[in-house]
Amino acid sequence: MQHGKRGPAFWLLGAFFCLFVLFLYGPTLTILILSFQGPSGGLTFPMNGVSLHWFRNLFEKQMVGDFAGSLQRSLLLGMAVMLVTVVASFSAGLAFRSRFRGSGILFYLAIASLIVPSILISLGIGLLYRVLGWDPAWYSSAFGAHLTWTLPFGLLIMFAVFNRFDRRYEEAARYLGATSWQTIRHVVVPILLPSLIGVGLFGFTLSYDEFARSLYTAGTFNTLPLEIYGMTTNVTTPVLYALGTVTTGVSVLAIALSLLSVTWLRRRRTRHGSDAGKAA
Amino acid sequence: MNRVKVWVTYLQVAPLALVFLLFLIVPIATIVVVSFFDYNTTQIIPAFLLQNYEELLLSSVTWRTYQQTLQFALITWALTLLIGFTVAYFVAFHVRSSTMQTVLFLLCTIPFWTSNVIRMISWIPFLGRHGLANTTLMNLGLINQPLEFLLYSDFSVVLAYVHLYTLFMVVPIFNSMMRIDRSLLEAARDAGATGWQTLVNVILPLCKPGIAIGSIFVVTIVMGDFVTVRMMSGGLSASVGLMMANAMSLLQYPAAAANAVVLLLLVLGIVAAMMRMVDIRKEL
Repeated sequence: MQHGKRGPAFWLLGAFFCLFVLFLYGPTLTILILSFQGPSGGLTFPMNGVSLHWFRNLFEKQMVGDFAGSLQRSLLLGMAVMLVTVVASFSAGLAFRSRFRGSGILFYLAIASLIVPSILISLGIGLLYRVLGWDPAWYSSAFGAHLTWTLPFGLLIMFAVFNRFDRRYEEAARYLGATSWQTIRHVVVPILLPSLIGVGLFGFTLSYDEFARSLYTAGTFNTLPLEIYGMTTNVTTPVLYALGTVTTGVSVLAIALSLLSVTWLRRRRTRHGSDAGKAA
Repeated sequence: MNRVKVWVTYLQVAPLALVFLLFLIVPIATIVVVSFFDYNTTQIIPAFLLQNYEELLLSSVTWRTYQQTLQFALITWALTLLIGFTVAYFVAFHVRSSTMQTVLFLLCTIPFWTSNVIRMISWIPFLGRHGLANTTLMNLGLINQPLEFLLYSDFSVVLAYVHLYTLFMVVPIFNSMMRIDRSLLEAARDAGATGWQTLVNVILPLCKPGIAIGSIFVVTIVMGDFVTVRMMSGGLSASVGLMMANAMSLLQYPAAAANAVVLLLLVLGIVAAMMRMVDIRKEL
């Protein structure tokens, strides 16, 4: 299996893999193409010319609700969730390296947060706010609802990362007289930076695309996925696809930025080797 | 551990604990409490009634809906497992260079970071009445009129589930496969096992934890889903999530809450059964 000529199993499985990738990406690429449909074009092929008509349409407020506003809210919310997810997961990851009273319970809470269906979290927070007489809003209740989804991912990633982290780096820093804070700031964070970027990517994109957890928690002003969902019931023009293209574009941009910065960090690390002594 | 260090530890986990307390424990507790409340057309009234549960469990609609949801979960589970395992197996054992493995793995996971709602919408040009599938089949002369069941049916719901959630299977199974000691495979081959025998007797048992984790993800997501069923079935199929959403839109909050409690118990039961197969903490 490891050496020599490829057997038939390889080609069969390879073909299956290609079909799977086509299945994953095909539909999205199709709406990408169809979003450039001409002004008289419909929701399906054929293309009736090529234009930016539907993208212009998207930004005319009366046409499709409040697209610009919901995009802005989702971007802001995504960044806030990203920031909190990175900081809270990292600091919890540090703490979880030693056993402490309640660590088991907290771990199971994180798992529970992953497996309790999103709609129950949404419903629960919505009900809670109603019982208390508070108004749910995207920056309060939806923010918390999103964190219950992103934090467990962040925490599990940090577990995996710290399991592979060589603690001798920290010990070396301590022997050289670094305080705990200096050790974290100049040793742990730089070494783990690529993983922290990964956690950030999870935080941003999971929040930016979250539907079920926003449903009863977003309040008066919609986030983008809610806005899109609302559109699917009453918009029957390719403007829907234009919206899809823009949204997916934002996600792809976030993914590309993360991957590029991780690759850049890796390159720099192999090029420079150690930067010992530069921190002081 | 000295005193200061203990305090630092608690400070480090405080944000995490606070979020889980405020946005997981308290809301779930609220659902449980509200599920015993009374309600009329305009408001909910604090009370301790079993009526919401009675109405829920005595209705045949409930049982049918739960049955349909479980059926969706089972079919989706089987398909995602089959496809996810095959894809992971190819990348883990048939792709030789580790760079290529990383690239292909990323290729499988990138859609996870894009919008589910958009990925559902993107099936319209394929499955619609005048979509690619129907026009192709008609041009080939295989059918005379468009197939109606392609979009807005149980078929399209399952298709969307598989499309959206197979990577929840691929990732943990791939992770399990990459931890398998390659010398075990060599030993199996030296002992005369065929490729298929190695797969069934060596690789598959060692992938059990990954399979369990992937299954937990897929099953819990499908059990609680409402948006996929609503969008892909066009209102023709039901699910427990959809049933709750309908109760919510009629302002029957206690009824929705009672349903939520039942669903939660069911999901936790299923997960507990699957967890017996695997120690998640060991897998990280």
